[in-house]
Amino acid sequence: MGFPHKSHPKETVVLSQYFGDAEARTYKGWVKRGGYEALTQALKMDPAAVTDVVKESGLRGRGGAGFPTGLKWSFMPKEKKKPHYLCVNADESEPGTFKDREIMRWTPHALLEGTAIAAHAIRAEIAYIYIRGEFTEPWTIMEHALAEANAAGVFGGIKIYLHRGAGAYICGEETALMNSIEGKRGNPRIKPPFPAAAGLFGMPTTINNVETLAAVPHIITRGAAWYKGLCLSNPKSTGTKLFSVCGHVQRPGNYEVTLGFPLKDLLYDMCGGPPAGRTLKACIPGGSSVPILTREETEATLLDYEGVVAQGSMLGSGGVIVFDDSADMVYQIMRLARFYAHESCAQCTQCREGTAWTTKIMERILAGQGKTKDLDLLLDLSENMTGKTICVLSDSCAAPIVSGIKKFRGEFEAYLAGKRQPVMVG
Amino acid sequence: MADGLINLTIDGVPVSVPPGTLVIEAAKQAGVLVPHYCYHPGLPVAGVCRMCLVEIEKAPKLQIACATTVTEGMVVKTQTAPAKDARQSVLEFLLINHPLDCPICDQAGECELQDFVFQEGQARTRYGEFAKRFNPVEDFGPDVLYVPNRCILCTRCVRFMEDVAKEPVLNVSERGDRAFIGIHPEARLDHPWAGNVVDLCPVGSLLSKDFLHKARAWELDKTASICTGCSQGCNITLDTRDEVVVRVRPRPNLEVNRYFICDHGRMHYKWMNRGDRIEAPLVRRDGELKATDWDEALDRVAGILRGAEGRTAVALVSPGASSEALALAKRVFTGFTWTGAFQAVMGEEAPLAGIPNLALRAERAPNAKGAENLGYTREYAQALAAAKSAAVVLVLDDPDCTVETNGTLLYLGTILGADAPCRRADVILPIANVAEEEGSFTNRDGRVQRYCQAKPAPGMAQPAAWVLGQVAAAIGQAEAAR
Repeated sequence: MGFPHKSHPKETVVLSQYFGDAEARTYKGWVKRGGYEALTQALKMDPAAVTDVVKESGLRGRGGAGFPTGLKWSFMPKEKKKPHYLCVNADESEPGTFKDREIMRWTPHALLEGTAIAAHAIRAEIAYIYIRGEFTEPWTIMEHALAEANAAGVFGGIKIYLHRGAGAYICGEETALMNSIEGKRGNPRIKPPFPAAAGLFGMPTTINNVETLAAVPHIITRGAAWYKGLCLSNPKSTGTKLFSVCGHVQRPGNYEVTLGFPLKDLLYDMCGGPPAGRTLKACIPGGSSVPILTREETEATLLDYEGVVAQGSMLGSGGVIVFDDSADMVYQIMRLARFYAHESCAQCTQCREGTAWTTKIMERILAGQGKTKDLDLLLDLSENMTGKTICVLSDSCAAPIVSGIKKFRGEFEAYLAGKRQPVMVG
Repeated sequence: MADGLINLTIDGVPVSVPPGTLVIEAAKQAGVLVPHYCYHPGLPVAGVCRMCLVEIEKAPKLQIACATTVTEGMVVKTQTAPAKDARQSVLEFLLINHPLDCPICDQAGECELQDFVFQEGQARTRYGEFAKRFNPVEDFGPDVLYVPNRCILCTRCVRFMEDVAKEPVLNVSERGDRAFIGIHPEARLDHPWAGNVVDLCPVGSLLSKDFLHKARAWELDKTASICTGCSQGCNITLDTRDEVVVRVRPRPNLEVNRYFICDHGRMHYKWMNRGDRIEAPLVRRDGELKATDWDEALDRVAGILRGAEGRTAVALVSPGASSEALALAKRVFTGFTWTGAFQAVMGEEAPLAGIPNLALRAERAPNAKGAENLGYTREYAQALAAAKSAAVVLVLDDPDCTVETNGTLLYLGTILGADAPCRRADVILPIANVAEEEGSFTNRDGRVQRYCQAKPAPGMAQPAAWVLGQVAAAIGQAEAAR
């Protein structure tokens, strides 16, 4: 439901059913709501059978890449020669995204249950839940829930540890997250080897997002066919997804809809549209790393993996950032670039130097010091920063630059021509 | 094509390499050096500089040659427009914060950034008037300075200390373009092998204090040599400027020292430039040592040996002498009752943890094994005692030798103190040091390794092997010596 707002009739409430319900946080309260039935059921099943159910459901990774979850689990070695690990990515640090936080705040046992089921499916004895450092409240709640669940002994032979991040955006990248758990600097690793071959501590590892795993218990109890049936558009995108809407809307919050839901309805019906007297200008549909959509594109977008791509962006993490006509797109894009420049891990040359250079040019344009060649330069740098580095942080910095210049060129040119009041940023 | 090898094509050149070979190494076989910074064959792959991007047929995007393993039938193209553009853009990114202070940088002339910019980069910058990153120079250790402004964050130094030296005192500190190489606040870069980070640094960011502003790279002559610091036998290059040795660097030998040398060996060169050398043969005339020419000196030695033939002889030699000299120092005593001995200076062993069988050896002598193979013993004290009553005693390049003899003392050496016991010798012959001659050493593992002449010997000094060869010829032992 659209926490902190009342549930909207157009929502499909699965994961967010107990948002705002404090009793659901407790072990007893969770069991009363049918919790841990899925785990009990799954632990009686063969791990491969659990994987098959998830495969059949069509569940795809909710962290951003949208990789089929069951398929990912099936990449783990068939013959277990080494310890297997499960990592849960609760580092949710993508600007504009705050769905995992709510899952952990209100339904910590849903995550723990999904984690245990996934660990069983990939035959892992140990699961690490890597929680973003700034998530102090979710951390406390998760700690409490884990203690309660451990006391109840629901996990069988599976051991779950909580690991707290220290505030680096890049630690949400899966291999950087593994380095971080290992006590190393959170630098993404070169692939191959992929985590299923050599991940955490060099052992076969699967890593899943919080929202992905929170959906797993529902799939186990209600069946793959039910989950598969939750589909409004493309059959490759099934189930429900939480969208964290922020920015210029009247009711920002988390909204859970069936995949294929129109973005227009999400923004106008559920979120109440832009503030009174304002009109929608642009929207970033999947967290700060994806290309920006114009109003026309936004209103034509269907929220599933394929639907957003059709409009030239990506579903990403489901962090919807909305801009109305009062927004200065040049400034907004500068803020994004500055974020990536700050968070670059400094490994790859293009990213370390390119994100910072891009930011400097954006700041120069805003300050009224831009040069006519700056837009071409920005586009060329973005090209040089795309598809050439270990991870996609550099690409993520380029995406809003390229789409921003393409779609809002007039605003850039106004600064360059001295037609806009310079904005001093430092 | 040989069995068990992977066949691939690099820039149209077919090559066959063992499975598991990296594209960047396979390219070397095709005669193609893919530009790179973070990759080093002696370090774990980092894949961070992104300089070695190449096009590989059927791959969806450019791949880094340093982290891509060869596959059968792979077609690699290093010179296509996308690959060249990508590498040019990396160079542009590297240069935005790199000071163009080549005229005062020690690395200039042997700088990989200079080289690859010259080869593939562009002469213009689009960075404009933005300030470059600035951080002050840091003193990392006894011989290492860090100039962060020149750093391109290739992390070779970090990986060397972590994975090869196994003393992880360096890291990448900070993030983004603020990043720099950091050192543990309570640590110094004083590991016995730390100096290698200076060689590994592809730019002038890590500098040797010893070599600081001593010479420009293009003024140096480079000579293949063998380190005399211990019995490991590390392969080195002696860099000379105007006939002065100014630097020692490792020369790769995968069987002995891989790509590294220890700091002891690195600093073990200053004695090669000593000015207080014996420059002319000296013979005792009327109780006094007089300078003379080689003919007279050699005649005198030949006469001494002829006159004493059949009696006892003792050779006290330096284990730093060449095997050739040591062999002749025995040969010239054919027909004598001969004893040969050496003593090696001992120190502390300092292994390079990440490389098996590589250490600064406790035995600080390059040719102890070679001397042993030739029949010299470590029973130095006994030999010294035997010298007392010997007819002839030969001391080879051991200026501190405390020999006393009632027989005739011959001294061959590079230096000799004014009060040294060997000043009592009848003949003193000036010889070349290791940098001034050609020869061979046998390392502790029995590996015979040749070294070359890096500079001329002072005055009339000649290689010990030449001197002893002349003596052997004069007494009719030349044929046998061959």
